[in-house]
Amino acid sequence: MREFSQRLLHDSLLASAARLPDRTALVIEGAPHTYSQLLEDARRLAASLQRRGVQRGDRVAIYMDNTWPCVVSIFAVLLAGGVFLLVNPQTKAAKLQFVLDDSDAKVLLTDGHLSGIFLSVLPQLTKLSAVICSGNLATESASSVESFDAVLQETIAAQPIAVIPLDLAALIYTSGSTGNPKGVMQTHQSMVFAVGSLIEYLRLTNEHRILCVLPLAFDYGLYQLLMAIQLGATLVLERSFTYPAQIFQRMQEQQVTVFPAVPTIFAMMLSTHSRAALYFPSVTRVTNTAAALPDDHVSRLRQIFPNALIYKMYGLTECKRVSYLEPELVDGKPGSVGKAIPGTEIFLLSHEGQPVSAGEAGILYVRGPHVMRGYWKRPDLSAQMLKQGKYPGEQVLCTHDYFRMDKEGFLYFVGRSDDIIKTRGEKVSPVEVENVLHGIDGIREAAVVGVADEVLGQAVRAYVVLEPSSTLNEKQIRALCMTRLENFMVPKDIIIRSELPKTATGKISKKILLDQEPI
Amino acid sequence: MSIEQQIRDYILANLFFSGDSAALASDDSFLDKGILDSTGILELIFFLEQQFQIKIQDQELIPENLDSLNKVTRFVQKKKAEG
Repeated sequence: MREFSQRLLHDSLLASAARLPDRTALVIEGAPHTYSQLLEDARRLAASLQRRGVQRGDRVAIYMDNTWPCVVSIFAVLLAGGVFLLVNPQTKAAKLQFVLDDSDAKVLLTDGHLSGIFLSVLPQLTKLSAVICSGNLATESASSVESFDAVLQETIAAQPIAVIPLDLAALIYTSGSTGNPKGVMQTHQSMVFAVGSLIEYLRLTNEHRILCVLPLAFDYGLYQLLMAIQLGATLVLERSFTYPAQIFQRMQEQQVTVFPAVPTIFAMMLSTHSRAALYFPSVTRVTNTAAALPDDHVSRLRQIFPNALIYKMYGLTECKRVSYLEPELVDGKPGSVGKAIPGTEIFLLSHEGQPVSAGEAGILYVRGPHVMRGYWKRPDLSAQMLKQGKYPGEQVLCTHDYFRMDKEGFLYFVGRSDDIIKTRGEKVSPVEVENVLHGIDGIREAAVVGVADEVLGQAVRAYVVLEPSSTLNEKQIRALCMTRLENFMVPKDIIIRSELPKTATGKISKKILLDQEPI
Repeated sequence: MSIEQQIRDYILANLFFSGDSAALASDDSFLDKGILDSTGILELIFFLEQQFQIKIQDQELIPENLDSLNKVTRFVQKKKAEG
């Protein structure tokens, strides 16, 4: 058999399907799918995408839930030579349109139950050459939309593609402090590298059964899939953590060994555990990222996962993952997110660009093959994050987050230098929410802040001032936000004020706002 | 008011944010419609427990009990009958 030399992200699927064709690659909502099925379907869809005009480097948007068609689509886009971008299925019309426009997506792959949203933006999208939809689409007005199942039945072969490791594999959209999301450009090379580094420090083998309840549109969720396929392991994929009892049952049934989550999920589990004990002895790895896991939670999680190594990690989409703490050191290094992931390095610099001494706060820089190529079509924003590195032409990532490092080189998070809110492990740009509030008739001023919340980490709170003639109430404002923002971005509290405090220059002072109203 | 109507009104006003009753069919999946997520479900449970004087166990948080208006209504009826 021909040996595969892995250069491209989807080479993992080719290799695993050749080595382990009958092995279960995925268990989706309880149903198993083998590696050979995944490769077969992905190849068919790849050929159909090419037939619809997808060429090397073209962007294809995947606006789907965590489903089989979604996983097939990811690999099909890569096999067709394209660049995939996953859009969270909670995304509403205006943002979906922005992302499709911004990326110049050529094809949209989506789900029937999202038709209420995507059909409303199709007339405005001139660059899309095809829309392929899984599941039921009970609308006569959608003659331009093709059925996913029918497209898979086409009997054509995919054309060979000339993609090299420096080509883009994915655009990963992430919230930014400027309001609109930005597409993080990741090459095949950087993603293959990151997958390998993660597998190495998590000490995973092809015997592992990895659970994913996080959206694949979130890079933390996506990499669970990429790691599983790389290893030839099994991914147990669920749509969400909405029905916890179902997830717990699946974990038992499937004897899940890897449990990746965010602090909000761990907080909910601990609350359940305090009422009726949870116990998952099959789990040998528990990972946390997106926000800090309190040390107290770690010790209580050991009751639920008695056999697990617990990993505290830190990262940002711009380089996937920055650091992890060796699980054996969790008790010895409380509060730390560890050291750089294998094959990369990190360092702290002062504002003036000088090294800082141990224990002093500095801005975290990241160096390694996992660093992004920049933001899609945003050289201005890319220049703020990517700085001249050690060698000519090399770029390092400036995270703009403050950390300190102890004498042994362990990292401790100090604070963010922007005002991004972290809620349920997701990034929320206050500007993005404020823009939506400002777009509501009757709202004169709005200020959005993050306030501490036991379960959410931070909760989104909006202060608004109404026009004198307005009769809007909090509930109506929330309802309007729901139609324009993903659920996690909708303010948990809306507080109507007669005025908002201002700085000397007339800008709304969020600091005074929060000081006036202790949380 | 029937149990279904009370639940429908609550969901339309607090989770789906629509005054249009026709926008939510009795069999629509809350997950598909994007109505429920992991924090929304806690709000729904809190409402059901208060409104109908029932106690919902953690292990009952499964789609068969909660993922559509019809399912929630049947579930509440069953819980009330169990008393």
